[in-house]
Amino acid sequence: MSFITRGFSGRGRERDDRLPPGQTLVGDFPVLSAGPTPDIDTADWAFTIRTESGVDHTWTWDEFMALPIEDVTTDIHCVTHWSKLGTGWRGVALDTLFEGVDTDYGYTMAHSYGGYTTNVPLEDLLDGKAWVAFEFDGEPLDPEHGGPARLLVPHLYFWKSAKWVRGLTMMEEDEPGFWEQNGYHLRGDPWKEERYW
Amino acid sequence: MSADGIAAPPGASPLAAIRAVPRAGWHVATVAATHRETPNASRIELDVDGWPGNAAGQHLDVRLTAPDAYTATRSYSIASSGDSTRVVLAVDKLPDGEVSPFLVDDLRAGDQLEVHGPLGAFFVWRPAVESGDDRPVQLIAGGSGVVPLYAMAHAHADASDPTPFRLLYSVRTPRDVYFADEWRALAAASAPLQVDLVYTRQAPDDWPAPPGRITREALEAAVIPAAERPRVYVCGSTGFVERVADWLVGLGHAPGDIRTERYGGT
Repeated sequence: MSFITRGFSGRGRERDDRLPPGQTLVGDFPVLSAGPTPDIDTADWAFTIRTESGVDHTWTWDEFMALPIEDVTTDIHCVTHWSKLGTGWRGVALDTLFEGVDTDYGYTMAHSYGGYTTNVPLEDLLDGKAWVAFEFDGEPLDPEHGGPARLLVPHLYFWKSAKWVRGLTMMEEDEPGFWEQNGYHLRGDPWKEERYW
Repeated sequence: MSADGIAAPPGASPLAAIRAVPRAGWHVATVAATHRETPNASRIELDVDGWPGNAAGQHLDVRLTAPDAYTATRSYSIASSGDSTRVVLAVDKLPDGEVSPFLVDDLRAGDQLEVHGPLGAFFVWRPAVESGDDRPVQLIAGGSGVVPLYAMAHAHADASDPTPFRLLYSVRTPRDVYFADEWRALAAASAPLQVDLVYTRQAPDDWPAPPGRITREALEAAVIPAAERPRVYVCGSTGFVERVADWLVGLGHAPGDIRTERYGGT
């Protein structure tokens, strides 16, 4: 859509092919959350995948840290128009976590400490597309950025990368999570600008 | 793994909740007026063709397009609410910003831009007759974070809503108070509102407290006690919101009662 605002020339001219439409590069790391930052001790932390048959696959922090760990360098894109390129993370791939999980369902609801939820199709979590991350830029993940561990689904807008994640529940059909009930798109592909529904 | 706290809006199924939110769209906006709100901020009144109205606390995206089709989009809280197609913003100029300096310094009546919205269905307040919730409301703002809270207080006064409202507002100096005259009028209106100011850099001459960042003790003294189960809306910079929300939880407020909006990044 071409619509010119008088007098506006813009300053952020350095376009980068890695920047999806409508996004602006930032150097810092903005924080967006709906409520207070939960304080979660790793001694109390656990991650659970619950299947349709009611089976829970649960990892304590120590069990989780004993899994194969991957280094991930990736771009991240927030629905509020900022992007950060080449961010460095460490985490466990969802492929690893799902290795022993028997499910026929195609959708998941991610649940967080503090009550946040977000829905993610299973195919957006597997095949090297998503991690449960516990380090950012070589440091333990700050609580305000989701520490001790958050979901990392970098090919979707960052509200899908649930902070303070504690598990996934398998769902037969897609259902909206927290921001999805509050106006955000059900899937959230930055390249298609799936911001709001 | 049941959801608790913030993720469980009461009373509605998820899909019913989705249908309850009006669909956001792009609209052409014409600037009706701008004026200096504070030394660093402007109030911008927009006439928005086809605007469906908005709830107090919602935001919108502003899109500016340059002659060579370059665009820049930013999110701003809305200072107004209701059915009107007149939409009010109050924009703080960010140092090194690309969009906010243009909006604050260059935009003038008659200019046009695009807006997308209304957006957000969580950081909103609706009168008790609509929401069925008559719990008291505590608003806590840092700097320009007062904009969506002003919309809530204004909607509260417009509705002559009996819900007790209290605002705690942290600003650098008296000149940095957004909506200074309006707060006086709202505090004098029939809807109950108490306004408490904290000055961080410079206070008025006769002010009882020296300027300085808000403390946990000052916060405790100026907010509705946790025992009264207020709904709390906190908006400001990330550091401000993190500090305040942590203290509130420490003072016994349930995390699920505290809604936050952080102004971070660019």
